[in-house]
Amino acid sequence: MSRAVDPILVLVLLLNFFILGTSRLRAVIDGSALQGVLLGILVIFVHGGVGVQSLIVATAAILIKGTLIPSLLHRAMREAAIRREVEPLVGYIASLLLGAIATGAAVLFARALPLAPAHVGSLLVPASLATALTGFLILCTRRKAITQVVGYLVLENGIFIMGLCLLEAMPFLVEMGVLLDLLVAVFVIGIIINHINREFASLDTARLSALKE
Amino acid sequence: MPLVFAALAFALPSERWRPWLVPMGGVIHLTLVVLALRRPDVTAFEGWLLLDPLGRLILGFLSLLFFLCALYVPGYLALRRDRSNRIFCTCLLAFLGTMTLMTASHHLGLMWVALEATTLASAPLLYFNRNQRSLEATWKYLLIGSVGIALALLGSLFLAYAAFRAGLDTSLLFDDLVREAPQLSRPWLHAAFVLLLVGYGTKMGLAPMHTWKPDAYGESPGVVGALLAGGLTNCAFLALLRFYQVCAAAGETAFVREVMIVIGLLSMAVAGVFMARQQDFKRMLAYSSVEHMGILVLGMGIGGAAVFGVLLHLVNNGLTKGVLFLSAGNIHRAYDSKLTTHVSGALRRVPVSGALFLAGFFAITGSPPFGVFLSEFIILRAAIDSDQFLIAGLFLAMLFVVFVGMGATVLSVVQGEPPKDLRPNAYHDSFLMVGPAIACLALVLLLGLYIPPPINGLLQDAANFLDGRP
Repeated sequence: MSRAVDPILVLVLLLNFFILGTSRLRAVIDGSALQGVLLGILVIFVHGGVGVQSLIVATAAILIKGTLIPSLLHRAMREAAIRREVEPLVGYIASLLLGAIATGAAVLFARALPLAPAHVGSLLVPASLATALTGFLILCTRRKAITQVVGYLVLENGIFIMGLCLLEAMPFLVEMGVLLDLLVAVFVIGIIINHINREFASLDTARLSALKE
Repeated sequence: MPLVFAALAFALPSERWRPWLVPMGGVIHLTLVVLALRRPDVTAFEGWLLLDPLGRLILGFLSLLFFLCALYVPGYLALRRDRSNRIFCTCLLAFLGTMTLMTASHHLGLMWVALEATTLASAPLLYFNRNQRSLEATWKYLLIGSVGIALALLGSLFLAYAAFRAGLDTSLLFDDLVREAPQLSRPWLHAAFVLLLVGYGTKMGLAPMHTWKPDAYGESPGVVGALLAGGLTNCAFLALLRFYQVCAAAGETAFVREVMIVIGLLSMAVAGVFMARQQDFKRMLAYSSVEHMGILVLGMGIGGAAVFGVLLHLVNNGLTKGVLFLSAGNIHRAYDSKLTTHVSGALRRVPVSGALFLAGFFAITGSPPFGVFLSEFIILRAAIDSDQFLIAGLFLAMLFVVFVGMGATVLSVVQGEPPKDLRPNAYHDSFLMVGPAIACLALVLLLGLYIPPPINGLLQDAANFLDGRP
């Protein structure tokens, strides 16, 4: 594992806060794209050398997380003609605070777990948990369908970092599973967003509330 | 043999022409499954696919339920000529294929992939009606389901890390995991189990994560509801049972059981509360499904003799849900409404479906002589025999609450006079529309009176397998 890993993870964590605190959708999507690219670079550094396997995962991560999905999201955004997240359930300052609390909790929780010798002192596990929690937070507190998808992406990114810990020990299937899942989930959700456009004239999932007790 | 399964799963989506292909697929699948069950052991891909006793039970039952539901499909689609059935049929068969993969997969990662595939295959089924309400239901299903899948993946990674931390070079096959379980790192194992319970529990529809269920079941066609409630939930439960085995082998039974008892009771309580005064009878069935998933998990938490009861209950619940959802779908068609404010006198308007709905209600709430009574009784007795009186008392109390709550809705649907302003429509009880539900009901009744030896053998094998006895 290279020394560059921790600085990259710090950048990933900072992007979490950026995504949490921004209302412009374009910036939110770009933030998640940058996070995807960073994860791709991270694969190579964690692996500690350029192998065929790590190169494939890194390229796939950059292509899918960094390019393909953001461009799909940008397209969905243009078609829906919206720019900003309106009235999130929790305000931006409050969600930044919650994000900070989540990050702190992640660090504490990771300390409580016994780590393998190779990962002691590294930010991998806490960053993974913090990113996953941030994604969860975005998913729960935002109203626009697109922002919710971005939240899900961030959640997935957190899980991806966790997967990096096991890059060498685990069969490849699980790694690919993460990427496949991302692609398919957003693809299908994207199709549905198109239908939402047609029938609701807006992407506000708060309008999807006819069904409740 | 399992190669045939895989090929079948791949080949199925291409059979898309007409609704009759669905029952055909069902027949072929059932035949292959019966052939596979007769063989002593079935394995492929270096053990990645393997039918163990547990998988046998659930796969056998799944295939039977799908076959019965498939018989219903052509009749149903004939009533809905306004909709293209191409995607519907393709997805139904793909759904069967992915569920089969899930029951047969014996690898941590593969199982997770199968779980995700079932979600993707079933989402278009929910959106069959293409209106605003079904769109909302599908959106919730996908979003909540995706989060559940993500958490299940995180849990799987934790479990793998537990092995990695212990310095094991594991293959992540369940057999190997169970064997290596005592060496796994405990804190990681605990965290993994909680995440996996939440993740796969979302798919099962356990209480705090059940919110997609009423919408999804309420808005989808009855036959899809039957397959989701009787098939998919069992597959997710199968996954939980596998992790239960790993934890039990690690000597963590006490921890796991406590968690399961709490979740199980919570599910039953939530279902009981929301079922009371429920005006939409399809949503009511969804809460009934939440309740019975709670019973399954609670039974595993009680342990001991209850394990056999749980497995029997799994079969009974699936079949009874078949009766209820199919007859509810018929009533829905006959009245063009699923609200108790519009629907009454179903016994007069559609006598057979109405009677089936009523009988299904008695069966699902555990009235003798139906099978559900027997399985619930086994679970209850196991709780009393192991001196867990508080749990037994709560269990009984909640069953009673559910009976009362569900009864009010069901009786208002079936009794009384049909509303005067009811527009007559083309629907009437034909053999194709009620036959599958009658068959399901007959099977539940049979299981209540007498369990045939082959089924008993399957159940007993699976229960022994779960307890770690060969």
